[in-house]
Amino acid sequence: MPSLKDIRKRISSVRNTQQITKAMKAVAAAKLRRAHDAAVEARPYAEKMRELLSNLSARVSEESHPLLIEREEKRVDVLLVTADRGLCGAYNSNVIRLADNFRVDRGEQEVTFRFVGRKGSEYFRRRGVAAMDDGPVTWHASPDELASVAAGRLIGRFLNGESDAAYIVYSQFRSALSQVPAAARIIPVAPPQVDEEQHLTEYLLEPSIGDLLSNLLPKNVEVQVYQALLEATAGEHGARMTAMESATNNASDLISALTLQMNRARQAAITKELLEVVSTAEALG
Amino acid sequence: MADSISLRVVTPVRLVLEEQVDELTAPGPLGQLGILPDHAALMTTLDIGQLSYKTSGANSVITLTGGYAEVLDNVVTVLADAAEFPNEIDTARAENARARAERTLEDRDNADDQALVAAEAALKRALLRLETAE
Repeated sequence: MPSLKDIRKRISSVRNTQQITKAMKAVAAAKLRRAHDAAVEARPYAEKMRELLSNLSARVSEESHPLLIEREEKRVDVLLVTADRGLCGAYNSNVIRLADNFRVDRGEQEVTFRFVGRKGSEYFRRRGVAAMDDGPVTWHASPDELASVAAGRLIGRFLNGESDAAYIVYSQFRSALSQVPAAARIIPVAPPQVDEEQHLTEYLLEPSIGDLLSNLLPKNVEVQVYQALLEATAGEHGARMTAMESATNNASDLISALTLQMNRARQAAITKELLEVVSTAEALG
Repeated sequence: MADSISLRVVTPVRLVLEEQVDELTAPGPLGQLGILPDHAALMTTLDIGQLSYKTSGANSVITLTGGYAEVLDNVVTVLADAAEFPNEIDTARAENARARAERTLEDRDNADDQALVAAEAALKRALLRLETAE
């Protein structure tokens, strides 16, 4: 049985840990709110962009722009979005597992990764998986810069014929409690379909439809990546908040169990001392 | 006939402006593009430049660094890469950006084409911001 002193020591160490997890939870909650606001504010732009794109692409054939042309997928690029840090429950491992399954399912196809987030890059680098070697893999810049660099790179590889399609694997944000890993194809662009009922507005187009498309399509890829990054950020903070909350609760449980144990130990010590006194008195008497 | 246009400027980061305006002028690809109420439906790209609009006689300006605009039924939606009101402009940052871009452009023998194009656009943006902030 551990001594009173040992138990006291453990209680204070658990309490320290609890303070840290509590603080991390509060920080994650604040960051989650900010990330969530950013995702909401980004929505009008993305929606309008989809609208313009669906309207434009409904008037042209698939061959009118290279980014619309589907090829047989022999070489596939995957942009994997994870967090830089751990301590956020199963957040990273869920996304990484999906990406790994994606790679295995592709069989003969050549899959090349590009990473945003240290965790994903560490996992696949250890396993010697092919990855694009360009620049830092961490969240070293703001999401819009990261998105623009990543999208530019993926588009460049597709247009040069180095890849036949590009996917993004990231964590969709449902709520603070629920993040669902997802894989979505971003290149070639599959323009959203126009509903039958929604009639096509006849626009004047300036400069020309071709110029507009070659301007809008790359931008659209960038916006999709940007949105994914925002959702992933919100998801990361949500996952961390949940993980830290349960860690804090576990610490509370542990502290009360240990306190109980401590009281028992103290009681036992007192009883033992009393017994000793009484039996000594009896022996002398 | 409608007598005002509802103008909405959105960037990937936020909704910058939502207002009823009497008329507006945007930096179109073929020069300044004036839009009055009852304009025909139009979809266009936008250059780096100033978007000015008039609300009951008062003129206001906002900087745009490229994007798209859609005009439809007296609703103008501007999708801008970035948009700022004059009082939001960080002149120190713009001044830095200008100096950086000018250095790249002067040293044009050592830079590749892509870097030059990027520097030129950066210079244009910096000049626009400085000019608008004044």
